[in-house]
Amino acid sequence: MSEKFTKSMSRNIFYGGAAFFFLLFVALTFDTTRALPERDHRQNITEQVAFGKKVWEKNNCIGCHTLLGEGAYFAPELGNVYTRFGNSKEAIMAFIKGRPVEGIQGRRSMPQFNLTDEELEAVAEFLKWSSEINTANWPPNVQG
Amino acid sequence: MQYQSQAVSKLYFMAAIGLFIGQILFGVILGLQYVIGDFLFPEIPFNVARMVHTNLLIVWLLFGFMGAAYFMVPEEAETELFSPKLAIALFWIFLIAGALTIVGYLAVPYATLANITGNDLLPTMGREFLEQPTITKIGIVIVALGFLFNISMTVLKGRKTAISMVLLLGLWGLAIFFLFSFYNPENLVLDKMYWWWVVHLWVEGVWELILGAILAFVLIKMTGVDREVIEKWLYVIIAMSLITGIIGTGHHFYWIGMPEYWQWWGSIFSALEPIPFFMMVIFAFNMVNRRRREHPNKAAMLWAIGTPVMAFLGAGVWGFMHTLAPVNYYTHGTQITAAHGHMAFYGAYVMVVLAIISYAMPLLRGRAAANSNKSQVLEMWSFWLMTVSMVFITLFLTGAGILQTYLQRVSENPQPFMVVQEKIALFYWMREVAGVIFLIGLILYVMSFFIGGEEEAIA
Repeated sequence: MSEKFTKSMSRNIFYGGAAFFFLLFVALTFDTTRALPERDHRQNITEQVAFGKKVWEKNNCIGCHTLLGEGAYFAPELGNVYTRFGNSKEAIMAFIKGRPVEGIQGRRSMPQFNLTDEELEAVAEFLKWSSEINTANWPPNVQG
Repeated sequence: MQYQSQAVSKLYFMAAIGLFIGQILFGVILGLQYVIGDFLFPEIPFNVARMVHTNLLIVWLLFGFMGAAYFMVPEEAETELFSPKLAIALFWIFLIAGALTIVGYLAVPYATLANITGNDLLPTMGREFLEQPTITKIGIVIVALGFLFNISMTVLKGRKTAISMVLLLGLWGLAIFFLFSFYNPENLVLDKMYWWWVVHLWVEGVWELILGAILAFVLIKMTGVDREVIEKWLYVIIAMSLITGIIGTGHHFYWIGMPEYWQWWGSIFSALEPIPFFMMVIFAFNMVNRRRREHPNKAAMLWAIGTPVMAFLGAGVWGFMHTLAPVNYYTHGTQITAAHGHMAFYGAYVMVVLAIISYAMPLLRGRAAANSNKSQVLEMWSFWLMTVSMVFITLFLTGAGILQTYLQRVSENPQPFMVVQEKIALFYWMREVAGVIFLIGLILYVMSFFIGGEEEAIA
């Protein structure tokens, strides 16, 4: 780098640039926060949905699945599982409930989590709510 | 070693390497579970093994960063560490808390762990990379504060160089952004948004300051190039990192319920994110070409040169590959992401920690400036085995990801996830082979610490 370009100039670019773009990021975050209610339909977060999110977290579902494309890539996307299962909470509950304790010979299998009926219904309700978030048309198709 | 108190970093480096071994063993288990689905099931299901793999990575890198800080700061500040005793106490607290957490993951079901640790009081668990029980998170914050206090006090009483200021800023940022891990709203969209304030603003933000500072330190020591020149480069590089990387967070906001303008902000700024990594490559090669001394530690030089190259490939090129919104629409959450994640973490953070360890360890062990030739040759073998196998892991996962994207998302008859997974199993097998070679490289790396000690060290 040229001698005319000094260390203090580069330091100022660093502090100035970092501060400016961090503030811009905060401003965009504010704007996003204002725009979010329409996209996340938070009015539909019932107690059951909130409890479902807890069930989701307590069983570390994200350790195998993706949810809106984020998580592990070992098992199917669940952001749209409600639609993939024919808009049926019952199908989701039956699937979770029906996992064999000892797994499936040679294949990937979801563990049997022994969820209570209340937990099952809540997690299904949470996944239904998740499927109704406005995700800019992601995923591209029903396969997730 | 110029200051006695630098010796505490040895503990941190040893723990880092020990946990690194654990991380890779679980990586090999995970790779096998991808192709033999019931391997270790139901004792160690995939989600548990993955949690151990990723959490060990984070924790050993933190050990590496802390060790690096304890080694670098006394030399930069030209004074002894504020409190070596505090550094040693925090080391044991962090190691024991970390070990207990890992044991907890493996010994009981995750839901039980959540219950025992009182997750309901302040639910923070069950989110990717932030799986640690809330009490562990609180422990991390306490350790981080004690560590930052120690390091900051050392800098305050001594010489304030650009390197230590940048390092401090990076470490403070690391601690501050971690606080967002305690915010876990019921609204998934908000949860995800602030989750990225930890994850993205760490790895594509403040961690890059730590990376830059460590690399600059090693290059000053090894090349003898004037500090003014190196620190000027450091500032320009990290300026570009933050200018592009902060708004670049937007590339995670495309499909998680956020407004669509993020597709523009995210695409444009993250398309620029490779620039600082490219500059880092130019910087490192430039400094080595202008070197004023032939440092005898060739192995450390190899790591220091390898870091920017692999970081540029993994973070820069593989990141750019899927960062533009129209591309990401199809690749989001596929093996492409996994490919990028592996090479970026290895290239940027694993390698820079191994570079400072390689530079510092001979000094910490009283072996003059470098290990014996025998030891260095073995370490360089481990460099090539790990680095080349990581390139192949990345290439195989990329192959898997391209096929997955096509079969599941682009083709006229999109196929279900599990059907596609079976079709691309060959790539997973090849990835597993590359993973085993990585493990062999790591074993050689560890062995390099134990051989050639009886031979004359190189002054």
